[in-house]
Formats: sequence, structure tokens, C-alpha cells
Amino acid sequence: MKADPKGVLTGVHFIDGDHAACEGALAAGCRFVAGYPITPSTEIVERFAARIPKVGGVFIQMEDELAASIAIQGGVWAGHKVMNVTSGPGLSLMMEHLGYACMTETPSVWVDVQRGGPSTGLPTLPAQADMMQIKWGSHGDYEIIALSPNSPQECFDLMIKAFNLSEEYRCPVFLMMDEVVGHMTERVEIPAADQIEVTERKWTKKKPKDYKAYETTPEDLVPEMIKAGDGYRVHVTGLTHDERGYPKMDVPTQAQLVTRLLDKIRKNADKLVDVRMDGCEGADVIVVSFGITSRVATAAIETARAQGLKVGHLRLIICWPFPVKLIQDLAKTVKAFVVPELNMGQMVLEVRKAVEGKVKVISVPHPGGTVHEPETILEQIVEAAR
Amino acid sequence: MTKTQIRVGGLGGQGVILNASIIGKAASIFEGKHATLIQAFGPEARGSACSAQVTISTEDIGYPYVKNPDVLVLMSQDAYNQFVPSLKPGGLVLYEEELVTVDGRLPAGAKAIGIPATRFAEELGRRLVLNIIMVGFFAGVTGLLSYEAVEKAVRDSVPKGTEDLNMRALKKGYEFGRTAAETK
Repeated sequence: MKADPKGVLTGVHFIDGDHAACEGALAAGCRFVAGYPITPSTEIVERFAARIPKVGGVFIQMEDELAASIAIQGGVWAGHKVMNVTSGPGLSLMMEHLGYACMTETPSVWVDVQRGGPSTGLPTLPAQADMMQIKWGSHGDYEIIALSPNSPQECFDLMIKAFNLSEEYRCPVFLMMDEVVGHMTERVEIPAADQIEVTERKWTKKKPKDYKAYETTPEDLVPEMIKAGDGYRVHVTGLTHDERGYPKMDVPTQAQLVTRLLDKIRKNADKLVDVRMDGCEGADVIVVSFGITSRVATAAIETARAQGLKVGHLRLIICWPFPVKLIQDLAKTVKAFVVPELNMGQMVLEVRKAVEGKVKVISVPHPGGTVHEPETILEQIVEAAR
Repeated sequence: MTKTQIRVGGLGGQGVILNASIIGKAASIFEGKHATLIQAFGPEARGSACSAQVTISTEDIGYPYVKNPDVLVLMSQDAYNQFVPSLKPGGLVLYEEELVTVDGRLPAGAKAIGIPATRFAEELGRRLVLNIIMVGFFAGVTGLLSYEAVEKAVRDSVPKGTEDLNMRALKKGYEFGRTAAETK
């Protein structure tokens, strides 16, 4: 279906990534945010709070991140599209409710504007060091989807994609921004509402007597949804539950439920590959990057190419699920991968895991607070090409 | 590819960020170029150092930071002291001449052009429009942006009801800049 024009600020704007992300959420149909503002994500909720009364929806400032991350999930079961906005320290507090959203299959978008950590770290400065936390930070086995924008325009575009994926797969979808992308101002083009495709919730067409909240088929692992108060029996719990949604804590139910929660993402991993490849064919070295680091890497790659090196660039738009098969295919033809990231070596572990020692994988870590010097990445590209 | 990197520096409250934002907006929305604005984002309060970096390019902008600017727009002595050493050889310094003293630290081959923007702003009736005068001055001297583009960007950026005053400020800075570019 097409976007609701009420939420779409059609036009050309000169705005930062935080503001663009907010407009993306409004365009995607987000009508409820319960927030606990934190730098460098504050502008997202600030703008949402200012815009939502005119668009028609609700913003509540909560008492803390625990409250924020569970209040939004109440909003989902009342039928709304919601967003959760935070940065590292807030994200740590939200881990319990991340697991709850995975377990209850509550479609929701989680925005993390990453700053230097651990703990309160560097409130006003960038990092990309929460990449593993979103994947592994909540207990138990679960799968999420994560997207990584590198410009204000992509904050808008990928926010809409995040909302659509969250409805399609009924799982938390992360928009992994960082301080630089969040506070960087560029041209952002917002199309007309009828040019924006939004995914409607997977509402059931069944009658109340035939509906089971978590019933699926082998062909479609994503259950149909209802909203509370529409006359359907609904029970939402973080406990292991059966098809009806009622607690059933035994081994077969656990196996069936957890396997399905993982499989609905894992079996669609090929569909969920979203990368930008530049010059990867025939390359000796491929730089794997995401978010703001991809723009810094571009500067290093241009210099390396000018020196005659065959360097490709693989930019991850969707970071989770990680494109394992694609990396494995590329590993057949390259000498090495170079992985710069604003952390001390996180996504590089996924590249290493995928290539299984067949080719060299060089990490270009950075503790955060600013971006890499392009020269630092260049040095490693030159090293890798040897 | 034509790429120009600009650093705007001054004090919090002078409108440093708005100045840089108008330059970026004029370039990216009204001139069809690419522009990236990065502002120093720290716990600074009003009155302390404040700066912004703008890159204008005919092509996509990758690395977004400005290390060695082609142009400095300076509204405080502190900003001058901090940023003049980073100026590209042969670069241009545009400065508010009552707030900044240009000294021997100006790199050889660099050009510095001053404007009494604070006095002009006071003559127009509001000191606050200093930053808009500096936008006009920038456009006038560098010729990087058309008058029409900056005019639209200013109109789009200032509070309703202050357009006329800001247009007068822009024009004053622009005309002073055109003359200075021709004579210096």
C-alpha cells in the first residue's frame, strides 16, 4: 500500500540524519513513540514530538529506557506502528525488552544512534560499536534485522525499509546510525506519498473462532496478527508459548517456537541481502564497510585505485543477517578482505567466520570518537594487496 | 570534479551554524550541487567556540570532514587562531574585521579579506544579522553561489517576519563582497 500523505513531508530539504530518520518514520506510518531521549539521538524524538500532534499520533516521554522499550510494544498490540529511539547506554537498558519483542513477534523499529562506549562513554561522538550487542545482547537465541545508513537521505529511505521489514517478518528491525550520520546535514529528497511503498501489518482475515495468535504454516513462518480489543482472543507472553499464545513450557514447544523464530529470518537470508558493490569483479582486495565508515573507505579506495591497485568495495546496507554466502563467493576470487569499522573488531568476525581461513581478513579497528583517517585504511589495503 | 571545503568559525550565539547551513542549503537545494555540513557537536554553551564544516562539490561527497579548508569564514579571534594554520596553501580567509586581527600566521600566498559586518548589522538595526551579512560576503567574494540561490536559502532559513531585514543584510554583505573581490 502507499504511504499516508499526512505523515509525508514531500519536498527537498537540507536536514541532518536524525531529522531525516524521524521523517522516514512518519512517512512509514509510525504514529507512536515512547521515548527517553539520549544524545546523539535526541533530535529524532524531539522532531517526532513536535510533528506528531499535526500528523495524528502520540509521543510520550517515559521515565526511563525500560519503560520506553515496553510501552512501544503496547502500542503495537493496540494496532500502531512504533519506533524505539536510543543510543548505547539506553540500548543496554533495553535488552530485556528486545528479547520480549523477538519472543512475542512484535513488529517494531529500533533506532540506535551509536556513540563511543562502553558505559556513558562519548555522548557527543561517533562509534559503530553496538553491532554485536544488538545481535547477542538479549539472552536466548533470537534473530533481528539491522540496516546501516551512511547519509541523511539513507536515514530516511532505510527507515521506511526498516518499518516494512519489521511488518513482513514480525521482528525488531534496527536502524544502526552513528553520531556523524545523525548530525550530518545534506540534501534529503522526500517523495510524494503515492511514491512511497509501505507494508501493511499482516492482519488476519480469519474469524475470531478460527484464529490462533501464533499459528503458521511450513511455507509461511510469520503468523498473522490482530489488535487487542477487536474481539479476538489474544495472549501475549515472553514465556514459551503454543500456537494460541498461551504459556506451554515443555521441550517440544520450545524447540518448535525457537526454531521458527530463527528460521523465519535465516531461511530468508538470501532475500535479505542488501549491499552496494563497486568494482568487486576482478578485485584483489575487497573493503567491507558499513555506515559512515563506508564514506571514509571510499576516499581510501579511490587513492588505492589511483596507485593501480584492484580494490573493490562491498558496503553492507543490511548488516544482520550477515551476507555469508556472498562473502564466501567473493572469497573464491580475492586475495584479502579489509574491514574498517568504528569499533575494535566486530563485523570483521563475521567476515572471518564466513571465509573460514581461506583468504586473509584484515581488521582496521578504531576505538571511536571520530572516523578513521582514510590513510589508515589505505595502508591496510596496500598491505592486503601484497 | 570541483570541490570546495569551507570552515566557518566563531562564537556560540553568533549564528555560525546557521551561516554554514545557509551556504550548504544554497548549494545543495538551489544550485543543484552536493553539499555536506558537519557541525562541531559538543557540550559547548553560548559564548564558547563554535564551528562548522561545509563541503560543496559537483560530485558525491565521500569523506565528510574538512581538514584543510579552501575558505575560512571567521567571526572571532579564537576561531582565527585555531583554524588559520589549517588553511590550504593559496586559500582564502573571509573575516569580520572588528572581531578578527589578521597577523603573520596567515600562510604565504593566502588571501584575507575583511568586512565590518558587525557595524553593518548595527546600521541595519540588529546585530543578530551579522551571520547573514557574512553569507552575502562569502557569496560575493567567492562567486561560488549565485545571489538568487543564497537569497532563496536565507528566505527558507530565517524566522517568519524577519525576511526583509535579512534580505537587506544579505545584499549589504554581497555587494561589499563583490566590490572587495574586484579591488583586492
